Amino acid sequence: MENPYLPYPVRIDDIEVATEDKSLKTFTFVFVNPEDEEKFAYKAGQFAELSIPGVGEIPIGIASSPVEKGFVKFTVFRTGVVTTHLHNMKKGDLMGIRGPLGNWYPWDKLENKNVVIIGGGFAFTTLRSSIVYMLDPANRKKFKNIDVVYGARSPGMLLYREELFDWEKRDDINMHITVDGTDDPDWKYHTGFVPQVVEDNAPVADEDTYAIVCGPPIMIKFTQPALTKLGYQPHQIIMSLENRMKCGIGMCGRCNIGKELVCKDGPVFTLEEINQTPKEY
Amino acid sequence: MNFITIDKKDWAPGVDQSRNTYRVYGPVEDENGCQIKPLAPDMQPKMDAPVTVMSAKSVLFPQTEKILTATLDESKEDHHVMKPVETDDMPRVVLGIRPYDAKAVHLVKLNFDNPDYKDPYWCAAYDATTFVGLGVTRPGPCDFSTAVGSGPFSEEGLDVLMADMDDKYLAKILTEKGEKWAAACGFDTAADPKESQVLFDVLRKEAEKQIQADVATDKLAQKTILDLYDAPFWDEVAFSCINCGTCTYVCPTCWCFDIQDETRHNTAVRFRNWDTCMSSLFTHHASGHNPRGTKVQRVRQRFMHKLKYFLDKYDQGIMCVGCGRCVASCPVNIDIREVCNRMNDYETTK
Ligand SMILES: Cc1cc2nc3c(=O)[nH]c(=O)nc-3n(C[C@H](O)[C@H](O)[C@H](O)COP(=O)(O)OP(=O)(O)OC[C@H]3O[C@@H](n4cnc5c(N)ncnc54)[C@H](O)[C@@H]3O)c2cc1C
Ligand code: SF4
Ligand code: SF4
Ligand code: FES
Repeated sequence: MENPYLPYPVRIDDIEVATEDKSLKTFTFVFVNPEDEEKFAYKAGQFAELSIPGVGEIPIGIASSPVEKGFVKFTVFRTGVVTTHLHNMKKGDLMGIRGPLGNWYPWDKLENKNVVIIGGGFAFTTLRSSIVYMLDPANRKKFKNIDVVYGARSPGMLLYREELFDWEKRDDINMHITVDGTDDPDWKYHTGFVPQVVEDNAPVADEDTYAIVCGPPIMIKFTQPALTKLGYQPHQIIMSLENRMKCGIGMCGRCNIGKELVCKDGPVFTLEEINQTPKEY
Repeated sequence: MNFITIDKKDWAPGVDQSRNTYRVYGPVEDENGCQIKPLAPDMQPKMDAPVTVMSAKSVLFPQTEKILTATLDESKEDHHVMKPVETDDMPRVVLGIRPYDAKAVHLVKLNFDNPDYKDPYWCAAYDATTFVGLGVTRPGPCDFSTAVGSGPFSEEGLDVLMADMDDKYLAKILTEKGEKWAAACGFDTAADPKESQVLFDVLRKEAEKQIQADVATDKLAQKTILDLYDAPFWDEVAFSCINCGTCTYVCPTCWCFDIQDETRHNTAVRFRNWDTCMSSLFTHHASGHNPRGTKVQRVRQRFMHKLKYFLDKYDQGIMCVGCGRCVASCPVNIDIREVCNRMNDYETTK
């Protein structure tokens, strides 16, 4: 019998401090057993459990993209026991990854559609995975217009900065980068909160347009009315939620919202689905 | 299905004989009241025990269970690689389990053995276990099993159902597992099936008559989750709750758990432990955000999960077998029978 609690052994191959205040680090892992990489076949939007033997396990969104081979990446915010331990680990250390877990953004449904990606804070990780997936030469023609609204507190807190500015230069994706505020006189992108930037810059919805939203609960809450104003219907708004998790496979009973389990039935839901459940996220 | 009779003077020798094949569990009386426990070689199950304080759920789902382990000793080649702990596949038999507790195993199975994932620990224990039930002839005051699809002589989830006939047990063998257990004990005195079934039916009716089960669940399915969630009575239901979690620990159908690591010397062990939705930490995010930060939200979660989410998700009735343990154990007398009726009767004015 397959043991869904058993992590694949992985080695830390690279650690990159991701933001100015050093609270976020991006970890690159390689699988100790190459065949495990194949078993860990994931889709953009899924998450995994990072597992440090003797310390614990935490759910983290997969930041690398299925089109990137040979490694997996996660960007982790230092906040408690496991994340602090992870931040103190070094290149070459061994640990585990369990997954992939949960559902993913509905890529089949998004084909031949305009896609608007909206992210705030460090929840941008699975959105990076999605953008890299959609921009891959083999995939780009499957989607029509791609817009990205991404906000952070300050310029120094933007994740994946080099990539952001690379994407910014491309003409097959519209980037709307924003920060809550900045003293930098040379800042040439937006300032203001994500919901406002969405309202001012995101495309008006037609029936071929979908929005993917991922961010802290407060951002999700205020982005919904902005999208509604732009004409998005609840089934066109796709959200990725986070609840406290343990097992990640629908058994421990911790992450439910109504009868849905965020770890298994989610973390991706449409607003239409969410509207039929209690607001327990 | 065949029936056998077991003379009570053959019972203990039979149980002892079966120990060559089975680890034997059964009700025992200790300082904490009556519990289902593994029986030491010199112990016999207390078959006439009243309702056990805790259910039999720990036989398949221990309160604390090792699931994975790893060495942290960097001189070992496999250091920091987690390995499953061996599952205990030795056949075991639970003697004297009450029918509602066996039905509870059936409901819990929907969680641990589903089309997407199988919990290897629970499933191995389940496969290894034979449930020998004893029909309830004197139901306790909190028993409402008949109202929720179980009952004093319900057969669901059992391998053998026995009835106490004073000087002997009459046993109905329900499955192959049950047949093997009877053979291992050397119980083979056949009884007339027709007569025996009639006897069972008489006992069942007698017992059912003693249950005052004024609990209705028939209208729960028609209601929407949001209507019940927004119903006005939750503050009142939760008012006296102290979030002690007792109701969830004593419940045979509650399965929530936590996963924690422990390290001793150079060995790391990953455990799982029973957990409870009554605790505020249960849903506390690392950010400090808590989607169920208040007591009333947690009390509502417990009842909504048992009486509505489960029903909608699996279409197998409610997640309660009417054992009444939560009613009897709650220090502030919160009564699921009342809450269930309130939910069932609730009509929105919208
Ligand atoms: C689907 C999903 C995807 C995610 N993706 C990412 C991601 O890409 N990047 C990222 O950085 N994070 C992500 N997270 C969040 C991440 O899982 C948490 O930040 C992480 O679990 C925190 O773990 P920790 O051990 O460091 O914190 P913990 O040590 O568990 O502590 C967190 C806080 O919880 C409370 N707490 C927990 N247990 C106790 C206790 N026993 N007693 C008292 N208080 C307690 C405390 O307030 C504590 O400060 C994601 C979460 C989900 C569900
Ligand atoms: S046993 Fe009673 S007081 Fe304790 S958590 Fe349950 S309902 Fe609340
Ligand atoms: S909810 Fe209460 S009555 Fe129902 S099975 Fe659980 S402990 Fe028994
Ligand atoms: S994390 Fe265990 S059920 Fe979702």
